[in-house]
Amino acid sequence: MKAKLFSYNYVDTPIHRLSGLTKLAGFLFLTFAVMFSYDLRVVLGVMVFSLWVLKLSKIRFSQIRLMVIYVAVFIVTNAVITFFFSPEEGVKIYGTRHVMVHLFGPYTLTWEQLFYQTTKLFKYASVIPLGITFLLTTNPSEFASALNGVGVPYKAAYAVALTLRYFPDIQREYRNISLSQQARGLDISRKAKFSHRVKNALLIIIPLVFSTLDRVELISNAMDLRGFGKHRTRTWYSRRKFASADFAALAVSALIFVLTILVSVFINRGRFYNPFI
Amino acid sequence: MKKSSEPVPQGTGSDGATGEETVIAFSGFSFQYFAQAHPTLHDINLSVRKGEKILIAGPSGSGKSTLGHCLNGLIPFSYRGEVSGSLRIGGRETRELDIFQLSKVVGTVLQDPDGQFVGLTVNEDIAFALENDNVSLGPMRDRVARAAALVGMEDFSISSPYELSGGQKQRTSLAGVLIDDVDILLFDEPLANLDPATGKAAIEIIDDIHHRTGKTVIIIEHRLEDVLHRRVDRIIVMNDGRIVADQCPDDLLSSPVLGEFGIREPLYVTALKYAGVSVTPDMRPSHPEGLVLNGASGELRRWHQSVKPSGAPPPAEPLLELQDLRFSYNGVDPVVDQISFRVDRGELMAIVGRNGAGKSTLSRLICGFEKEDAGRILYAGADIRDLTIKERAEKIGVVMQNPNQMISKPLIFDEIALGLKLRGVGETEIEDRVERVMKVCGLAPFRKWPLSALSFGQKKRVTIASILVLNPEVLILDEPTAGQDLRHYTDIMEFIETINRTGVAIILITHDMHLMLEYATRAVVIAGGKKIADAPPSAVLTDASVIELANLKETSLYRLSQRAGIEDGTGFVQNFINHERGLRIR
Repeated sequence: MKAKLFSYNYVDTPIHRLSGLTKLAGFLFLTFAVMFSYDLRVVLGVMVFSLWVLKLSKIRFSQIRLMVIYVAVFIVTNAVITFFFSPEEGVKIYGTRHVMVHLFGPYTLTWEQLFYQTTKLFKYASVIPLGITFLLTTNPSEFASALNGVGVPYKAAYAVALTLRYFPDIQREYRNISLSQQARGLDISRKAKFSHRVKNALLIIIPLVFSTLDRVELISNAMDLRGFGKHRTRTWYSRRKFASADFAALAVSALIFVLTILVSVFINRGRFYNPFI
Repeated sequence: MKKSSEPVPQGTGSDGATGEETVIAFSGFSFQYFAQAHPTLHDINLSVRKGEKILIAGPSGSGKSTLGHCLNGLIPFSYRGEVSGSLRIGGRETRELDIFQLSKVVGTVLQDPDGQFVGLTVNEDIAFALENDNVSLGPMRDRVARAAALVGMEDFSISSPYELSGGQKQRTSLAGVLIDDVDILLFDEPLANLDPATGKAAIEIIDDIHHRTGKTVIIIEHRLEDVLHRRVDRIIVMNDGRIVADQCPDDLLSSPVLGEFGIREPLYVTALKYAGVSVTPDMRPSHPEGLVLNGASGELRRWHQSVKPSGAPPPAEPLLELQDLRFSYNGVDPVVDQISFRVDRGELMAIVGRNGAGKSTLSRLICGFEKEDAGRILYAGADIRDLTIKERAEKIGVVMQNPNQMISKPLIFDEIALGLKLRGVGETEIEDRVERVMKVCGLAPFRKWPLSALSFGQKKRVTIASILVLNPEVLILDEPTAGQDLRHYTDIMEFIETINRTGVAIILITHDMHLMLEYATRAVVIAGGKKIADAPPSAVLTDASVIELANLKETSLYRLSQRAGIEDGTGFVQNFINHERGLRIR
């Protein structure tokens, strides 16, 4: 089949071998660390680490190209908007004002703003590889068991897993419906007017919804018939036993988290690293 | 096993006089869905003894699936309604049980092996019921391994559903219910989505499990001949929510019940009747091998000689031509490998082969949904390489299997008109063309109806109409009759023949052997991406090597001809088809 947006793919790597729970916990530790700290040195450190993890998991760029493009567009848009809404944010945070160049009207580019926005940009950029790694190396069932392991009710966790599980099916269905509607004359290319394109999209969405509803009824019957929801807890066939690698991975990510906090508390005396004083 | 010879047993609910343990007992049982005005099941009286193997047959809407839902607890758990009378399973009144308690007694294998595959791998799916019971990992693994071995799936433990064939998925589902050591196995239309050979294997494995475990087996299915491939103890025929027959197979096949209620009898039985043989229970008609022919052989041979061959086919004019077509999704494994064939103007042909053989891909290539890697597609002599999907659709229309995949408008008229509207055709012309197509398709009376009020067959007509309105000269239909009972099947196919007679060439993509035998004049057989045969269906279904490669099943007519000492088996099958066509056209 053609490439899918995100699909779990088993490859034998140290990352794939980790338990889903470990990966989820590690992902959360590192994300919190990066979200908490505005220290560019820390953020870059985590970024290097997360790129290394991505490399370890042998994910090919072709698998994630689309996602990377979306994320890049998002980050850049975010940066531009941030600048236009509060061009003096950096000055406020760091307490000094070093002008680089006056742009126009009220907009002046300062070193402080540049530094602040660079830090922020890398904060986002360092979490993305982790998220991608987590999604692509954890199979949906294990993901559900991991969610359930950190306290999410199992029905909700299973709903997430089923969504991921059926994602490729729905994508295929979408493609088929879209093609058959195109055969009837539907134009979904950019040539059509925007209002038409919205209307035309409905011609694909409606059949998709109906055929998906058929599927949902079937799967929920199948699950009822095999006792899903009978007890308040359930066990997970796909849950991996914790191995030493899991403990190591957890320790490393917890350590990074603690170090970040320590750097903020003892070195920066705050969430921001200030090179301007 | 004792056979019931009465047409409908009366009040056998809880007699227990035979000394055999009754596991299922309906007595005076009725059911009405809250959403419906009339009861779906009326006064059902039926008892099933432990270890029996029972087939429940009936046309769509006869209530056979509803009966199944009552057994496994989906009624009233998921589908609400009013129950009266009594249903006892394993000695307990079901209204006192919930679906979870029932699922420990009755294990259900649903018809769509894809939809019920909950887990991401075979073993995980088998384990699903145990997970829900909080069984811990160690014992769970052991029990999963045992259940997988029971159905021969032990080598596929980490395979994902995408890597499995329909038959393998079904085995997995079976293991998933066997793991709970249920007493009763319920199969809801187990053959619906399987190709002929896989269906045959499924019936064999059900039989095998029945023998090995002694469990009570209930099969709900309208494909009688395929189920009878292995012995069943009794057949229950349902119609209009009532049990209209409860007999052993030999008795049932000798009675007029099947024809009366629109269930297809085995083809060899039909052939015997055409030959003027009166079928009686002592001929043991329930299996073509066990059939006692005696004098009937002579009658069959006489009939065989008497059928007039059909006239020579009209001169053919090629319309669509595939030349050395090649395609692969990943650039390595060819899905379509050097396929060439032609479709003549106005013909009705079939493309057959097992699931995944490449037949759907072939139709996608013809419609331009995918681009061929090599080879050419000619339409009326011209290469169509540069035509867009939209342009091709005006010559070659494709109708998807599930009408829900196509319908996007609430009203029938709008749905059919959509293709024209999108092409910017003028209002009056749209009006005209839609009117005309609706008349051809028998949809004129429903003009103002909302689509949601239509049955499956009517929706199918609407989707066909919405393609026909574009005036294609070739129509590709993907499994047009999947899951339909005999009456609806005949309705749909007669409609398609009507379309065909207006000069539109029809390509049926199917693995239904009846369909190709009865309606197609030619079958192109695809296996592993290659064309392995291009011949009349009567020749295809009697050719052992083609049957083997394409996962088809030899037609029982051939078996019958051999048993009757008719040398030209293929000719016999062809005669049967000609005779049937003669009956249809009259």
